[in-house]
Amino acid sequence: MNKIWWKILAIVLVLFSIVAGFLFHVPAKPILNETIRNIHFHVPMWFSMIVMLTVSFIYSIRFLKSSNENDDLMAVESANVGIIFGVLGLVTGAVWAKFTWGEAWSNDPKQNSAAIALLVYLAYLVLRNALEEEQKRGRISAVYNIFAFPIMVVLLFILPRMTDSLHPGNGGNPGFNTKDMAPELRPVFYPAVLGWILMSTWITTIRYRIRKVENKQHENN
Amino acid sequence: MDLINQVKFLIRKEIMLEWRSKYALNGILLYVVSTVFVCYLAFREISSAPTWNALFWIIMLFASVNAITKSFIQESRARQLYYYTITSPQAIIISKIVYNIMLMLLLSVIALGFYTLVFKNPLGDPLFYMLAVLLGSISFASVFTMISGIASKASNGGGLMAILSFPVIIPLLVVLIKLSKNAMDGLDRSVSYDEIGVLLAINVIVVTTSLLLFPYLWRD
Repeated sequence: MNKIWWKILAIVLVLFSIVAGFLFHVPAKPILNETIRNIHFHVPMWFSMIVMLTVSFIYSIRFLKSSNENDDLMAVESANVGIIFGVLGLVTGAVWAKFTWGEAWSNDPKQNSAAIALLVYLAYLVLRNALEEEQKRGRISAVYNIFAFPIMVVLLFILPRMTDSLHPGNGGNPGFNTKDMAPELRPVFYPAVLGWILMSTWITTIRYRIRKVENKQHENN
Repeated sequence: MDLINQVKFLIRKEIMLEWRSKYALNGILLYVVSTVFVCYLAFREISSAPTWNALFWIIMLFASVNAITKSFIQESRARQLYYYTITSPQAIIISKIVYNIMLMLLLSVIALGFYTLVFKNPLGDPLFYMLAVLLGSISFASVFTMISGIASKASNGGGLMAILSFPVIIPLLVVLIKLSKNAMDGLDRSVSYDEIGVLLAINVIVVTTSLLLFPYLWRD
């Protein structure tokens, strides 16, 4: 992951998705109109969040196996970045909902699920603050992280499908899957998703390295 | 001793300890009854069915958090260390989950009985509502047992318990409220099979992850 090419790719893809997302031609749909461009910004946030939280889950498992404190650092930093992207996803979604549904928060199952998923990870951070000793903190918060992850998967992917929702992808509304999405959106949407996932990975690795340097300074003092 | 014998023995020990002191059991029963009574004095009567249902589950949520929080905190470190030297971690977590399920079943039956006594509301399908309550107590017990184990490791376990458990229980609670609402309205039972399936699936996942993770939790 120390290679530079994927960082350049991340910058190029994100810049492209911002420029193309605002300027390229989009299909004119009733109600949606120009807000359809939000798909290039809102959906990649959720993809990045899911990827980062999965990374956090995997590193928590690795920490339980290895007791290596770097695995714990990676788990917490990817959870941090995942939370940030989750908040961005909620905000971009709420702005979009203001224009299309008429209200920023309208008790939609997907909005509620997303907010609860964020609560789980905020609780994870609170749990970490409550534990002093490093090895113990790593182990117990890893246990909570692994315990909460499957429930979060149920929350985000199964429960919203059991009820009616206005959200695209539910209840007959077209979503971003391959057969629904208009062909002229795809050349921007797929690069945007990949670009933001790479960007979130980059942010995580930077934060991880900063924390490692800080730990080393503590040891030297 | 094999696992099943260990579990049986540990459950017997839990019940015996509980029966000798009776403090926790009586305390939690009093908690439920007085909460229902406070709600009764505050509301007097509840005319809307969704409110009746939601209030019942909120009372159950707080009662079960209170009942299960102490399942690990109650016992001293030295005694826990002793258990860990003679039994396997799986036996301990299974016995705690089974014991908490029994406790929650008792608690929910009493809570439901007293609740329907003071707040009269016609149940469309009482047997099916009971099933929802039973599934609810099993779900609460299986989720909260593991979380109480996690919370007991931190210095202020009681406060953490609510923060850690509420976000995790909300998905289950949403499904439970929907299932019990269907039963209240007396809808056809086949409508609710999806909800029952999801609840059972989540419980299987939760118990499996508890079994896998508990060995890492108790080592201190």
